[in-house]
Amino acid sequence: MVPEFGQMALIVALVLAGLQTVIPLVGVQARREWLMAYARPLATGQAVFLMASLLALTYAFVVDDFSVAYVAANSNSQLPTPYKVSAVWGAHEGSLLLWVTMLGWWGLAVAWFSRSLPLDMVARVLSIMGMVSVGFILFTVQTSNPFERHLPTAPMDGADLNPLLQDFGLIVHPPTLYMGYVGLSVVFAFALAALMGGRLDAAWARWSRPWTTAAWIFLTMGIALGSWWAYYELGWGGWWFWDPVENASLMPWLVATALMHSLAVTEKRGLFKSWTVLLAIFAFSLSLLGTFLVRSGVLTSVHAFASDPERGVFILALLGICVCGSLLLYAIKAPTVASVGRYEWVSRESFLLMNNLVLLVSAFAILLGTLYPLVIDFMGLGKLSVGAAWFNTMFVPLSVLLALIIGMGSMSRWKSDGLSRLGNELRWAFLAALVLAVAAPFIANGEWNWQVVMGLGVAFWLVAATLVDLWKKSRGRLKRIPTLGMSYMGMIIAHLGVAVSIIGVTMVSNYSLETSVKIAPGESAVLGNYRFEFAEFGHIEGPNFTSDATRFNVWRDEKLMEVLTAEKRRYNVSGQVMTEAAIDVSLLRDVYISMGEPLADGAWGMRLQVKPYMRWVWLGAIFMCIGGGLAVMDKRYRARQTRKVALSNEAVA
Amino acid sequence: MHPQRKKRLTLILFLLVGVSTGVGLMAYSLTQNINLFQTPTQIAAGEVPVGRTIRAGGLVVDGSVVRDTEGLGVTFKVTDGAASVPIYYDGILPDLFREGQGIVALGQLNEKGVLQASEVLAKHDENYMPPEVQEALEKAHQDGKGNLKAAGNDYEY
Amino acid sequence: MTRWLLFIPLAVTLAMGVLFWIGLGKEDKDALPSPLVGQPFPSFEAKALLSGEAISAASLPAKPMLVNVWATWCPTCKAEHAFLNQLAKQGITIVGINYKDDDAKAREWLKAYGDPYDFNISDPDGKLGLELGVYGAPETFLVDSQGTIRGKHIGDLNTRVWQKLQPQFEAMK
Repeated sequence: MVPEFGQMALIVALVLAGLQTVIPLVGVQARREWLMAYARPLATGQAVFLMASLLALTYAFVVDDFSVAYVAANSNSQLPTPYKVSAVWGAHEGSLLLWVTMLGWWGLAVAWFSRSLPLDMVARVLSIMGMVSVGFILFTVQTSNPFERHLPTAPMDGADLNPLLQDFGLIVHPPTLYMGYVGLSVVFAFALAALMGGRLDAAWARWSRPWTTAAWIFLTMGIALGSWWAYYELGWGGWWFWDPVENASLMPWLVATALMHSLAVTEKRGLFKSWTVLLAIFAFSLSLLGTFLVRSGVLTSVHAFASDPERGVFILALLGICVCGSLLLYAIKAPTVASVGRYEWVSRESFLLMNNLVLLVSAFAILLGTLYPLVIDFMGLGKLSVGAAWFNTMFVPLSVLLALIIGMGSMSRWKSDGLSRLGNELRWAFLAALVLAVAAPFIANGEWNWQVVMGLGVAFWLVAATLVDLWKKSRGRLKRIPTLGMSYMGMIIAHLGVAVSIIGVTMVSNYSLETSVKIAPGESAVLGNYRFEFAEFGHIEGPNFTSDATRFNVWRDEKLMEVLTAEKRRYNVSGQVMTEAAIDVSLLRDVYISMGEPLADGAWGMRLQVKPYMRWVWLGAIFMCIGGGLAVMDKRYRARQTRKVALSNEAVA
Repeated sequence: MHPQRKKRLTLILFLLVGVSTGVGLMAYSLTQNINLFQTPTQIAAGEVPVGRTIRAGGLVVDGSVVRDTEGLGVTFKVTDGAASVPIYYDGILPDLFREGQGIVALGQLNEKGVLQASEVLAKHDENYMPPEVQEALEKAHQDGKGNLKAAGNDYEY
Repeated sequence: MTRWLLFIPLAVTLAMGVLFWIGLGKEDKDALPSPLVGQPFPSFEAKALLSGEAISAASLPAKPMLVNVWATWCPTCKAEHAFLNQLAKQGITIVGINYKDDDAKAREWLKAYGDPYDFNISDPDGKLGLELGVYGAPETFLVDSQGTIRGKHIGDLNTRVWQKLQPQFEAMK
């Protein structure tokens, strides 16, 4: 009964979303307040029913209702309960239900936290979000219904969840990432609503900013979690593979980052309006592309498309309507009058424009590298893949450029600034960064390495410039720092996070030690100043798997540092084999071991790695999220709209 | 407004030149960094130059996996049903690597016609065969070479 | 800025969409069907899974049938199995190929989940699978009464897929 209830709830949500699209818009057209006021309750109702639907599916998983086809295909009675819950989004149908439910949540959030907005704006925004909901709930019901029954006979037991997904990282990573993807729909709706109303003003930019930042926080977290999961679960010790799934999440992130910064200019100076709207449209389009092109696997290859053309065509149509519709509205309604306000070549506006350019070029490069093989494949011209090397060559110089711009930009003034002034302020920061960066490779291992100098150089520069800025703004008094405003603090912390990540990436890419060895119990392998001793081999019985396990003693300079146990699990139901790496984590280095295959005489192939500063890669992301969180909490966004925002000299970007 | 106009024009020109140069460079380096997938049939026919990085794949031929006595080196053959190609890899093979599975390897051919692989991929799914391999098999069938004799394995018919 | 400049993003997107669509259209026509369609069922010498007697291509029944490739290690096959039972109840002839599997396990499976198959060809080393261009399980072939392959479906059979395949199956009678 419960699955049928879930299905009904989904259909009710579809109807509510339809009403939410139409009624408020009619209200706006006819200037009827009581009609516009329907937007909020309808959005609330939609969210409630979507939530009920998702809970119904979760219930079906938890009680092992294998009469539901989707449950039978992705769960098993042996599965531990937390994984039964995460199996809900283990495949396409459930992910989609989660996606639309989150869309409902964001709609709910807009309905609740928009008290200070004019009613017609709220009506338009929620109406556009309703349109998106209608499209995707329809897609779920029509082509990917998770509640479909396996009638008349239910299988005795389910097929089990892919072992790769039986893991904490995979419980949290997809929902977080989806929250980010879907959050961009709010910004998209704001942009379109402003276009419709012909009101692209500072107020619109100010309303959009916290929502953009909130979505961006989720995206940042989601991407970091995905990278962390791949690192410990796949057993290669790699943390970024440039595969389509990762690229699909990085593209909207880059564009959303650009959008956060251009919104700052639009709010503070009334410039770049058309550009900002376009970015909002791009960001959401890319997040749709990311969800559906790659996650759902419908369009990843000709083969997948051909075996399920219904879904593919539906998705392409939805994408087409969303993208072309919004671009058409943009073309008709965007302001052609030149933005008011002038700025000189050297000014905060210029730096932010450069930041936008670099971010967009990066996003475009990734788009090119991701779609090119797909397009060639679809055209039937052959199968090819773009190597990670290409992405690295593209991305590294762009990141260096970006870091240089950040250092100067966060320091600069609106409207006009002098290079000489910036030079004076930042001279010492630059010199200090340079000296430290040049010294770094000699401290590390005595060998010159220009990549390290470059990477650490820009990171130190970023830190130094940020600290100089903080020093100047607080006039050298720590007590004054809290008065600088939450947004400003958020910016400082997020920029430091960028530096932390760059340091991590630089160190781990250049100073990782890695070896694959054939090793028998009692033998040792040496890597750098670590000695890995194969202590013993044994078996472990898990709840739904059995594993071969190897225990290693890790010695450093003849001191026992750590005992690590790596496993090779065989899952009972599917018979799939999974490698469980063992990792000793510390702030300055990770020690990573994973098992390969059994060889003759009890020996095993083992992969041993020492990865310096690995944690910094994700630590930087945490900093960025904290920074974003502070910016969202800035009290300016909770201000009544009647209050004039004084153009203070507080720097917000 | 005039100086303002001029400035705007300079900016737009500057952007156009910068962006088009960037895109040009990207497109060029992309063509240099592509790894084309080649079927065992194509490799056997000598269509692949020595030393160029390619991706190749097929089904791992039964009984073809030979390990080095020292270290982790392993040699095996992959087939598309019409021809087979030997692959040498020194490292840890993926969990799903076994005889009869479809795999894809990345590497270069040496003078002896052995693919020196730097990466071997087998997906984490028993049902899954890399789509490239799948198409290679179908193509081999299409060419009417559905027998395995050319693959040099020990099936008896 | 003039109005027509604002149409550039839309124009570019539309152009890309059209290209993509043309590419897709081309793909649909020549990618499928499988090269085996229209070919006779490949000859084989194997054992029947349950009876253990020797069988060959001549053992195939002289009526339209589904030839279903399955294995106990394949989760999707389990999901599909109930639907096969349903088809068998409707009187549709299904021949199984037990692909790269363990005979004993496969017999257990049929005992536990029901046996929709006329008989099963045991193919433990995947020889017949390779001949058929099988690349995973489950896959299902439509074979007519002369033993000619008329169609192929990759992935599990379910109500939705069967809606598409049924007319084709009926046409073979």
